[in-house]
Amino acid sequence: MTQVEVLSLSAPERRRRRMVVMMGVLGVFALVAFFIIPKQHDKATFGFVMDKEWVAVHEWAIDSRHGSLGFAILAILAAILAYFQFRARKTIRLASALFGVSFLMSFLCWAASGKFIPLTGLLQGGLLLAVPLIYGAMAGVLCERSGVINIAIEGQLLAGAFASGVLASLTQKTWIGLLIAPFAGALIAYLLAVFAIKFAIDQVILGFVLNVLVIGLTDFLYKRLLIPYQATWNSGPILSPIKIPVLWKIPILGPILFDQTIIVYLMYVVVILIHVGLFRSKWGLRMRAAGEHPTAAESVGINVNRTRFRNVILAGAIAGLGGAYFTIGAVGPFGKEMTAGKGFIALAALIFGRWSPLGAVSAALIFGFADNLQGVLSIIGTAIPSEFMLMAPYVATIIAVTGFVGRVRAPAADGVPYKRGESV
Amino acid sequence: MKFFRKAVSTIALPGLAFLSALFVSGLLIAFSDPAVLKLAHSPLKFIGGAFAAAGKAYLALFEGAIFDPNLAHPNIFDGFYPLSETLVAAAPLILTGLSVALAFRAGLFNIGAQGQFIFGAIGASVIGFKTTMPVGIHVIAAIVTAMVFAGLWGGFVGLLKAKTGAHEVIVTIMLNYVASYFLLWLLSTTPFLRKGRQDPIAPPVKESARLPHLAGPNLRVNLGIIIALAAAAGVWWLLNRSTWGFRFRAVGANAAAARTAGISVPLVTTLVMAIAGALAGLGGAVQILGSEYALTAGAGGTFGFDAITVALLGRANPIGTVFAALLFGGLRAGGLTMQANTDTPIDLILVIQALVVLFIAAPALVKAVFRIKQLKVGSGVVSKGWNG
Repeated sequence: MTQVEVLSLSAPERRRRRMVVMMGVLGVFALVAFFIIPKQHDKATFGFVMDKEWVAVHEWAIDSRHGSLGFAILAILAAILAYFQFRARKTIRLASALFGVSFLMSFLCWAASGKFIPLTGLLQGGLLLAVPLIYGAMAGVLCERSGVINIAIEGQLLAGAFASGVLASLTQKTWIGLLIAPFAGALIAYLLAVFAIKFAIDQVILGFVLNVLVIGLTDFLYKRLLIPYQATWNSGPILSPIKIPVLWKIPILGPILFDQTIIVYLMYVVVILIHVGLFRSKWGLRMRAAGEHPTAAESVGINVNRTRFRNVILAGAIAGLGGAYFTIGAVGPFGKEMTAGKGFIALAALIFGRWSPLGAVSAALIFGFADNLQGVLSIIGTAIPSEFMLMAPYVATIIAVTGFVGRVRAPAADGVPYKRGESV
Repeated sequence: MKFFRKAVSTIALPGLAFLSALFVSGLLIAFSDPAVLKLAHSPLKFIGGAFAAAGKAYLALFEGAIFDPNLAHPNIFDGFYPLSETLVAAAPLILTGLSVALAFRAGLFNIGAQGQFIFGAIGASVIGFKTTMPVGIHVIAAIVTAMVFAGLWGGFVGLLKAKTGAHEVIVTIMLNYVASYFLLWLLSTTPFLRKGRQDPIAPPVKESARLPHLAGPNLRVNLGIIIALAAAAGVWWLLNRSTWGFRFRAVGANAAAARTAGISVPLVTTLVMAIAGALAGLGGAVQILGSEYALTAGAGGTFGFDAITVALLGRANPIGTVFAALLFGGLRAGGLTMQANTDTPIDLILVIQALVVLFIAAPALVKAVFRIKQLKVGSGVVSKGWNG
């Protein structure tokens, strides 16, 4: 490629070029690592069935070495396809997806040599671990697109988890827990909104302080009330999954997507509403205007601070609802600091997904899946220490913000308090 | 008189913020106490019970932080045993607080004190249990290693920011988790396994690498507090008396103007983060060599957050940071006694800390609550966005 051609590439094209190069390198790595240095000639078995879906093949066994080789070659082919699509100046999404699946399968064939991997269960678990991340990231989208940095996602999730767990336990009704969770998240968001918008405090500091406030409060009440009076305060019921007729019988996808609790179904609705609303509605246009160029927004009659206030509260409610997943959506009783940094992974997903709803959802799904894969692999035992797999989302985010795969850019006025009459 | 007035106006805001935080936390103690709630039928008894419950908890807090009359006889000085604990707790707080404060002054928000602290602890621990050296040199070697490890870890953030514009807040948040998992992994490897133990705890550091006690073997107060105070003096000198400090502050006040004046902003950013990292790492070293003596999975504690609260309460000023750290060190030491004597969970300390910072950060709120017009405002920190 000549110098002139290089210079004429647009930013997304440069990003695509880097991705193609990275896929090529990783593909060759897979070939070398998983085939040339194999563990042994054993069978890797994959299970496809969870319940009574319409599945023809229940499980599939393949020689570990052959599988690794086959999928590594497929991954390299996908990288080559991506290269040609890049040359033709088309998007490389399909090729990237193909690459991702092939690379993963190549890895799994290598890691699961002589073992059984329930593939459907692996994916389903990944989705479940991604649920709070997706709720948190959606809260982040609303907040930051309207111009307020939200580091307090962790606190909002934790508040939602605490409130729903305790209320569900006191009333022994899951729907009350579900109903109260958004209010708990919104309460924290209200503090964020008042201090960030009215008092114009640094939003990063504020978010951090709110997290610690919620951690301190819930830890305190947990030790003071939830442990000594566990029977009344902390023995909540859990939501049961609802099978959606017909849809749940679709092979592989059915049990993953359509045999879930109401929290997961609400999540689909929230994601679709935010994606469509952000780019196709007056509400979304105003939100983005307040986050990108508040002065211009104010000049056409948008009340910037009111727009921000409302979206921050709404964001808190969404994160709070996501928090309900930890208690009534999964285990029932509340546990000390049970969100365990998930709010920060949600923040990472938001940044990794470039502040776009679907990008954040994709990142959250990848992080959730990686988390679950790590859990499964640590049970069947593999060469990679689980700690390094747990680091992956954070390292990926650092790589993303340093511009290695294209610079990520926050909304222009994100985190900058707006005062009427002061141009920024 | 002028000096007096200045002193009052400087400590008025932190003081009022602290009182407000104690008041709100007192309500929390009272309203979560079943014995108090049983008195709800009679308002007078209820208020009395609430005051008694909060008062008892805070008295225990004081006894655990400064002076315990139960220990005071036969020898009155034994009553000050808790004060030694306060100083032990304050030393790493001063150092991590200085780390955050220094970065604040250069316009950087170092949320990564946690990770830097962990790397400092790792460095100090490795030299402490793995090598054999003469007394004196061993301590110095362990401290230097800790500061180098943590300085590189922190400087890396500055370098990334200088070279690529990656926001230090995002990078440090992520690196904190990376450091925690790295520590967990490290503790699962063979050299870091203690003989006869299955849990993640490294072998203890050798006697020659431990910081000497200052007031006899019974009191845990050690050289760490002296190191911390010396570091505070050093940071004060660096910021207020040296050319580099002037450059740091110039970049913090207005990066564009500093660049125009010929100051290399990327160099300052990298250097400040490296020094900040080294300070936090020194905190980790003091914790390991001075009081813990062994690396554990929880070595990072809540130091990252505590550091931020200390720096904010100290208004990003080295002297203020020392006093803020002494206060929070006292809360920590006293919190243990409070938990043991009155069943008030130590997590209340987190609530108090968060509230103090919230009130400090919002001077407008404190002014409105206490109806004070003249009050020195400003936390030494400016609001900036992700792209700033």
